[in-house]
Amino acid sequence: MAQPTFETAFKQLEKIVAELESGDPPLETAIRKFEEGMRLARLCSRKLDETEKRISKLMEADDGRIEEQPLESPEAMDGSES
Amino acid sequence: MSFRPSSKDPPGVPDAVVHRTVLSVSQLTIDIKQLLEEKFEFIWITGEISNFKIPASGHAYFTLKDAEAQIAAVMFRGARRTLRFEPRDGLSVVGLGRISVYPPRGTYQIILEYLEPAGAGALQQAFEALKAKLSAEGLFDAARKRPLPSLPGKIAVVTSATGAVFHDICQVALRRFPNLAIQLVPTAVQGAAAVDAIVRAIDLANRHAGADLIILARGGGSLEDLQAFNSEPVARAIAASALPVVSAVGHETDVTIADFVADRRAPTPSAAAEIVVPLKTELAGRIRHLSDRLHDRIRARLDLHRARVGEMTARLNGTRRRIDEARLRLDDLAARMARGLGQRVAHQRQRIQWLVARLAAAHPRQRVARMRERLAAETDRLGSVHRLFIARRRQALDPMTARLAALNPLAVLARGYSVTRRLPGKTAVRDAGTVEAGAKLEILLARGRLKARVTE
Repeated sequence: MAQPTFETAFKQLEKIVAELESGDPPLETAIRKFEEGMRLARLCSRKLDETEKRISKLMEADDGRIEEQPLESPEAMDGSES
Repeated sequence: MSFRPSSKDPPGVPDAVVHRTVLSVSQLTIDIKQLLEEKFEFIWITGEISNFKIPASGHAYFTLKDAEAQIAAVMFRGARRTLRFEPRDGLSVVGLGRISVYPPRGTYQIILEYLEPAGAGALQQAFEALKAKLSAEGLFDAARKRPLPSLPGKIAVVTSATGAVFHDICQVALRRFPNLAIQLVPTAVQGAAAVDAIVRAIDLANRHAGADLIILARGGGSLEDLQAFNSEPVARAIAASALPVVSAVGHETDVTIADFVADRRAPTPSAAAEIVVPLKTELAGRIRHLSDRLHDRIRARLDLHRARVGEMTARLNGTRRRIDEARLRLDDLAARMARGLGQRVAHQRQRIQWLVARLAAAHPRQRVARMRERLAAETDRLGSVHRLFIARRRQALDPMTARLAALNPLAVLARGYSVTRRLPGKTAVRDAGTVEAGAKLEILLARGRLKARVTE
């Protein structure tokens, strides 16, 4: 099963919370949904930290070669860019 | 030559000459003012600016001229505020205004409400035309606009490699979400080569950046500077982009065709970063908040159940207590009953035993035995009495018997006599005359009998 996107997981989490707060499902179901909700919350939290900070430049040379160069982050930038 | 009115004046001569109407300067000027201001109330004019100056009042005074003529022009402070460029001497402009006559000085001027650089009109028209064309194709439709991912992992920024735009975007973006990947796809953003460059950059970003969306940005500028973003190829490249495009072109008030086609428009590049990049702390907070609500909810449910179980248990305990009490009472009663009963049973048993004994004692067996004894005794007695009786009787009887024997008719028979009897009927025959021949007779002898038939 493909990993759900942050959106999907987050929306599903909201849906479960809404269900538990508005409805009154039987205890078994409620516990199951709670566990699913916690799993989704953990997944969403993890996803926030998944990406890595990286600034780079993408260029296509005349011969069609693709080049990707790292750039310094803005804190280190002095305004005059290469 | 002077005119003297005479009836001999030739036809075609103006009436005013013939009948002189003399106006004062003011009257004439008023007429001129009325004439000019009515006729030129709303006109477009084009010319070159010269003698441009702005005194302390804030109103702009200058001259609009061309090769053969010139006209005094003024643009009041209020109207000047709408200017999107800096008027200066030598600049060719197009303006909208009205003619005004100033009687005290006998001058006229054009009061301009709107001014734009010449040629801007052409650009503006082209803009409107393209806008109408693409709108009709549905390129601007709200339904076409894609939603932006709420958590982009990588952002591609198509903008100039120089200037502050990329820097600003990175700064804002990283401040909101520190672990983010941002990739610059550099391009010319004005000038002749810009249109192609931007189209190629958008394509490159789609193919190789591995990003979740594209920000197309450039800083502020004049209408000419922004031209590339009003071009058809760029508009179509944005529409065809597989990745969602956020456009941030020019100042807040500049709206380009790119802005219409894009999936989202930002007023400035920094604003684009704010739109596109979520606040990590806020997202984390929302997750935590949802998780808290989950916990609260489930805890509330469990508490509710626990309370109910507790209540049930309490009621059950109450019942159990009653059951236990009842059981104790029952046991007590049972014990008491058992005791009482036991006594009674024992008592009864005694009685029964006693009765049984009596009964046994009164058993008919004994009586029967006794009876039998008595019977036997009686029978014996009876026997003996009977025997005695018989003996006595026999004693009495024997002589009788002897006498009877002596009297027995049959003894007669022993002497050779016989008894003849009729058959049937066995009546004795004494008279031979009562018997016919052939009758059957029985002859009884002392020993035996004979059956005979009478012959005579």
